[in-house]
Amino acid sequence: MGILEVKDVNKNFGGLKALSNVNLSVAENSVHAIIGPNGAGKSTLLNCLVGKLIPDTGSVMFDGQSVLGRKPHEINQMGISRVFQTPEIFGDLTVFENVMIPCFAKRDGEFRLHAVEGMMNEAEIVEEAERMLIDVNMIDKRHAHSASLSRGDKRRLEMAMCLVQQPKLLLLDEPTAGMARADTNNTIDLLKEIRDKRDITMAIIEHDMHVVFSLAERITVLAQGTPLVEDVPENIKGHPKVQEAYLGEAA
Amino acid sequence: MFGLNKKDSTLLLIVAGLVLLAPFLLNPFPEGSAMAQFNAGYPDLMQRFVIFGIFAIGFNILFGLTGYLSFGHAAFLGVGSYAAMWMFKLFGMNVLPALALSILMSGLFAVVIGYVSLRRSGIYFSILTLAFAMMSYALAYSVLAADMDGPDQQGLLQKGLTGGETGLQLTLDDPRILGQQTAGDGNLPVPSLFGLEMRSASELNVGDWVFTFSAGYYFSAIVMLLSFYLSIRIFRSPFGLVLRSIKSNQQRLSYTGMNPKPYMLAAFVISGMYAGLAGGLMAAMDPLAGPERMFWTASGEVVLMTILGGVGTLIGPVLGAGAIKYMENILSKINSDILHSWFAFLPDGLEDFVVTLIYPFIGKGWHLTLGIIFMLVVIFLPGGLVEGGQRIARAMRRKKQTASDDDTKAKQPAE
Amino acid sequence: MEAIILQILNGLDKGSAYALIALGLTLIFGTLGVVNFAHGALFMIGAFCAVTLSRILSLSHTVVDETQKDFLGNPLQVEVPYVYNIFGQATGEAIIDWAVPLAILFTIPIMIGVGWIMERGLIKHFYKRPHADQILVTFGLAIVLQEVIKYFYGANPIPTPAPEAFIGSFDFGAMIGFEAGQIIYPYWRIVYFMFAAVIIGAVFAFLQFTTFGMVVRAGMADRETVGLLGINIDRRFTIMFGIAAAVAGLAGVMYTPINSPNYHMGMDFLVLSFVVVVVGGMGSLPGAVLAGFLLGILESFASMPEVTSIIPGINQVIIYLVAIIILLTRPRGLMGRKGVMED
Repeated sequence: MGILEVKDVNKNFGGLKALSNVNLSVAENSVHAIIGPNGAGKSTLLNCLVGKLIPDTGSVMFDGQSVLGRKPHEINQMGISRVFQTPEIFGDLTVFENVMIPCFAKRDGEFRLHAVEGMMNEAEIVEEAERMLIDVNMIDKRHAHSASLSRGDKRRLEMAMCLVQQPKLLLLDEPTAGMARADTNNTIDLLKEIRDKRDITMAIIEHDMHVVFSLAERITVLAQGTPLVEDVPENIKGHPKVQEAYLGEAA
Repeated sequence: MFGLNKKDSTLLLIVAGLVLLAPFLLNPFPEGSAMAQFNAGYPDLMQRFVIFGIFAIGFNILFGLTGYLSFGHAAFLGVGSYAAMWMFKLFGMNVLPALALSILMSGLFAVVIGYVSLRRSGIYFSILTLAFAMMSYALAYSVLAADMDGPDQQGLLQKGLTGGETGLQLTLDDPRILGQQTAGDGNLPVPSLFGLEMRSASELNVGDWVFTFSAGYYFSAIVMLLSFYLSIRIFRSPFGLVLRSIKSNQQRLSYTGMNPKPYMLAAFVISGMYAGLAGGLMAAMDPLAGPERMFWTASGEVVLMTILGGVGTLIGPVLGAGAIKYMENILSKINSDILHSWFAFLPDGLEDFVVTLIYPFIGKGWHLTLGIIFMLVVIFLPGGLVEGGQRIARAMRRKKQTASDDDTKAKQPAE
Repeated sequence: MEAIILQILNGLDKGSAYALIALGLTLIFGTLGVVNFAHGALFMIGAFCAVTLSRILSLSHTVVDETQKDFLGNPLQVEVPYVYNIFGQATGEAIIDWAVPLAILFTIPIMIGVGWIMERGLIKHFYKRPHADQILVTFGLAIVLQEVIKYFYGANPIPTPAPEAFIGSFDFGAMIGFEAGQIIYPYWRIVYFMFAAVIIGAVFAFLQFTTFGMVVRAGMADRETVGLLGINIDRRFTIMFGIAAAVAGLAGVMYTPINSPNYHMGMDFLVLSFVVVVVGGMGSLPGAVLAGFLLGILESFASMPEVTSIIPGINQVIIYLVAIIILLTRPRGLMGRKGVMED
C-alpha cells in the first residue's frame, strides 16, 4: 500500500478525455516520476491530486484519507506540498518572510488570528526558517526582495518553502522547465540531496528524461490520459511502448 | 518599547510628539498677521486631522496589506456615527460607551458586508463594496428615516433610525437613562468623558500667538495614537505577514496550507471597526450624524488619503488625511482678494495675470488641485508622500554621505 | 397592462443612458483591458458640449431698433444673435431651437479628440499596471475633469431645452390601441431611446461588418494572438477609445433636455454604469446593453407606488441589490465570458 493511491480516475473536459482509468501507487519514501508526451494528462493528474480539479470518477487516497473535495489548503495540511512549473513565491516579501509563512501554516493550521504579537518574536519559527535557509544555502540572501532573485534562486526558495513544512509528499511539476542546463543540474543535485537527507516521498512530473533518470526510483509513463507502463528506470529506457508513445509524438 | 523594535518605536514617538504638540506646530503664524489664515491649529480642524487619520489607518490595513480596494468604506463611518448618536440619545453623553457601540456595530456590519463581498476579488470586490455602501446610504436617507412611532405618537423614532436628510440629532426629550436629559442651563448636554466636556478648551496667549488646547482634540489624538500603535503591531505580526502574502500571491498561500478567506475577513472587519471608531469620534466631537457620511464620495476620500500619503506604509495614511483635510479647510478659504493682496507687489497687469492663473486652483477650486496632485502621485509616485520623502532623503544622503541615517530611517516605516 | 407599459417606457430613457455608457466602458475594458473610472466624465463633457453649442449659437450683439420704443421713449435696444445675421431670422431661430440635436455634429469630433488625448496621454501608460492603479488614476482624472467643468460653467444645473417640436408629451397608449389618456409619454424620451438604439446598432454593425471591427473583436477575444499576426492593435484600440468616448459624449448631449447638466452628473451615472457593466458581464457588449435596459426598467418598476408601499425604499436600492445577487450567483454576470477579470 503506497502513501498515495490513485484508483480508476477519470476526468473529461467537455468531450475531451483528459484522464481515463488512471491507477497509480506511490510508495512511501520513494521518488516516483510521471512522464509522458505533451497532452498526456500529466498536469491534469497533478491538479486532481492537489484539489484544483475534482475527478469525475475514481478515488485519490493519501495516507489512508481521501483528498477529493478538499480545498488546496486542506490538502496541504494533510502533508502534501507542491512546487510549480514556474516558481510561485511571494514576490513582494523578503526571502526570510517567504520561508516564515509556511512555518506559521504548519504550526497554526489554516487560520489563526495572531494579530498583535511581533512576528520576529516567534523564536522557534525564526529559528526554523533560518535553519531551512542555511540548508538551501540562501541565508545570505535572507533580506533580499524575493522578486529580485534569479530563476534558479526562486526555485530554490520555493523548494525551501515546501520542505520547511516537512511534508510527507512533495509534488514537483516540471521543476526544471525552461531552465538552462547548468540550472537543471543544480536542481537535480538539490533534489538528490533532499532525497538522501530527508524522509520524504517525491512525485515528479517531468518532460526532461535526463532529470527523470537521474532521480526516479519508479516511473509511470502516461499517454493520452492512460498509464502505459509502470516500472523501474532501467526497464523503462528500452520499453517499446514508451518509445512508441514518444516517437508517435515526434512523428 | 511596547513590543516594538527600535525603528517603529522611534516612529511612534515622533508621531506622538507631533500630535500632542499640534496646537503649537499648526499655529506658526501670529494672530492677525496676513499668514494667520494658514494656521490649522484650531480644534475643529485638528480633530478632523486625527479622526480621518484613524479612518485612513484602518483603510490601509485592508487596502495597503491585502490589496483589496474597497470603494464603500464610508458605510462603516456612517454606521459608527449613528451608533454613537443612539448611545448619546438613549444612555448618556459619556463618549466611551458610545465609541464602544460604534466599534461593535460597524464590526457587525463589516462581518456581513465582508463575508459577501470577499467572495469576489478585483474590480468585482470594489463594485460590491460600493453597492453595499450606496444601499446603506439610500436606506439611511429614506427608508430608515420614516416615522416608526406610528402616525399619532411622538417619540424617539419620530424621524426613524437615521433622521434622513437632516441627520440624527440630539433632542431634549431623549431619555438618556444613565445621564442627564438636559444640561444644567436647560440646553442640550454635550458629549463628555466622565464630565470632561469634549468642546471645552483653554487658550494660551504668547505674545501675538494664540494656542488653543481642546479636550476633544486631545481625546481624539490619544485614540488616534492608540489606533496607530495597534496598526503597527498588526503590520509587524504574523497576521500582517499573511495579509501581505495575500496581496503578493494568493495561490501560493493556499498551497502553503493557509485559508486566505478568514484572514481577509478579519482584515476587513478590523478595518471596518477603525472606520466605525472614526465615525463615532466624529459624532462625539459634534453630536450629529447624517447619511452623506456614507455617500460614495466619502469612500473615495479615504482612498485618496491613503494613496496620497503612501499606501501600505505605516505613517502614509495619516499624512494623506492631514494633507487633504488641510487643503479642504485652508486652501479652500483663499479667495481672489487674498491672492491680490499677496501679489500686490507685482505691476498691475502682471498681478491680474498671476491671480487669474492661480485662481482656479484655490478657493472652491481646491478639488481641482487635489485631483491633479492625486493623479501625479498615482502616475509618478505610487508610494505617495512617504515615497517622496524617501526619495528626497536618499538624494540628500547621496550629497551628504556623512549625515546620520537615523532621521531618514524614521521616514521609512514600512520597509 | 397600461401601468406595465408605462413603467417599461419610463425605464427606457434611463436604461438607454446606462446602456450607452456601459457600452463604452465595455469597449474600453474589452479592448484595452482598462477599467475607466473617467467614463462618466466623458458623458458629462458631452452634455456640456451641448450647453456650449447652444451658448455659442445664442451669442448676440446689441442692435438699436428704431421702430420700437421702450417705456422711457428711447429707441429699444434688442439683442440679436449673430446667427440671425448669417442665416436670416427664421433659419436662425430654428438653428438655436435645434441646438441640442445640432450639438451631435459638434460633439463627435470633440469627443473623439478628447478620447484620443486621454488614451495617448494617460491611459496607455497604465496598460501594464494593476487594475487598482487604473481605477485610481482614472478616478483622479474624473475629479479633475469635473472640476474644470465646474470652474467654467458653475455648480448649478444648466437647463438646456429640447427643440420646441419635441417639447410636451403624446398619448402613446392611444397610438397602440389602449384607452386614451392612460399612457402619456414625453416626445423627447422616445427620441432619446431611438437615438440610443441607432447608436448601439451602429456600434454593433461597425464591429460586425467592417474589417476594423473584426480585428477589434478578435483582439477582445485574444489580444496576444492578434498581436502576433502583425496587426498593429494598439492604434486600432486608440481609435476604439475615441469611439467609446464619442458614444458616451453623444449619450450626454441628448440627455441634456431630460436632465439639466451639472458637473457631477458624470459621477452619478458612472457608479450605476459600473454596476450595469458588472451585471451584464465584464467584457460582454450585448451584456452591457441588455443589463442597461434591464436595470433601467427594473428601477422604474421599483418606483411604482404599488411596489414602494410594500417594500419602502426599494426604488433606491434595487439596482445595487440586483447587482449583489447577480455577482454572487452568476459571478460572470448575465453574459460574461470565462476568464475575464477572474484572477
